[in-house]
Amino acid sequence: MAKICVIGDYDSICGFNALGIDTFVSTERDDTVRTIENLAVNHYVIILITENIALKITDILDKYKSEPLPAIITIPAVSGGGNLGMQYLRKAVEQAVGSADMIFGADE
Amino acid sequence: MSVMNVNPTRMELSRLKKKLTVATRGHKLLKDKRDELMRQFLDIVRENKALRAEVESLVAKANKSMIMARSVMQSEAMSTALMMPKQQVSIEVSQKNIMSVDVPVFASKTKTDNPHDIYSYGYAFTGGDLDEGVRTLAEALPGILKLAQQENAVQLMASEIEKTRRRVNALEHVMIPDLKDTIRFITMKLDENERSSQTRLMKVKDMMIKETIESKQA
Repeated sequence: MAKICVIGDYDSICGFNALGIDTFVSTERDDTVRTIENLAVNHYVIILITENIALKITDILDKYKSEPLPAIITIPAVSGGGNLGMQYLRKAVEQAVGSADMIFGADE
Repeated sequence: MSVMNVNPTRMELSRLKKKLTVATRGHKLLKDKRDELMRQFLDIVRENKALRAEVESLVAKANKSMIMARSVMQSEAMSTALMMPKQQVSIEVSQKNIMSVDVPVFASKTKTDNPHDIYSYGYAFTGGDLDEGVRTLAEALPGILKLAQQENAVQLMASEIEKTRRRVNALEHVMIPDLKDTIRFITMKLDENERSSQTRLMKVKDMMIKETIESKQA
């Protein structure tokens, strides 16, 4: 049975514990990369990752983008978020269409 | 204008003509595929954009409550409260095919049906903020799952569209013009050969007639 989990700093992810989602506390890059690699082969199909951690491992996220599973998506951290998720969306539109202005507006 | 490196023969000509029909047909099909993919892709992206904004605001709200909860509770009490979850979420994965792109579809299943099982603690030693935070997260969860599915689909479709677009462009701007040029080149060359043999025959005929006349006169 496939599973879902969340990676991030303790403050941001402790609430998910109550929902029955596995949580993995990690704040350093090496640690996170190892965790993701482990999770990917252990039937975790959705990996939520807080934005502050995601920013440290963007290269790894790019690698997993081309694969159907696991789906790695970013969620805002306690410390507040930039807009990494939107940026990824914009990048995907740019890759497909050539210009993302028609959806996101030219002002960004 | 670029002509392929081929021998100007009739056989080559018919081979290239066949190739051209296949290429034109393939180009049309790929173009249709690209357009449809693009349409669906943009639909999903628009939906995804709205959903992400919604989910992010929900999670941010939950985070706020959790911070409040942490600030009024001892961290030990808090980790104890959240340590043993009653609920367990598992995911079922199936596949959906959008224009030849295999996209995973997620459906969540919880261990128990009771929606109140997300509170894994007695209420005596915890603050209301914790309840609030956990409840908001639970509210956000279906959105998060949908978001995961859509974002995954977006990434996969984006690379498929890029691939298809490259193929369409390669056919439209390289393959088809090259084939047309080469066909033209071979046709002209064959015509030229035809004309040259015609003239040669006429010349030979003239010479033969001349010879006959001379032999008759002699």
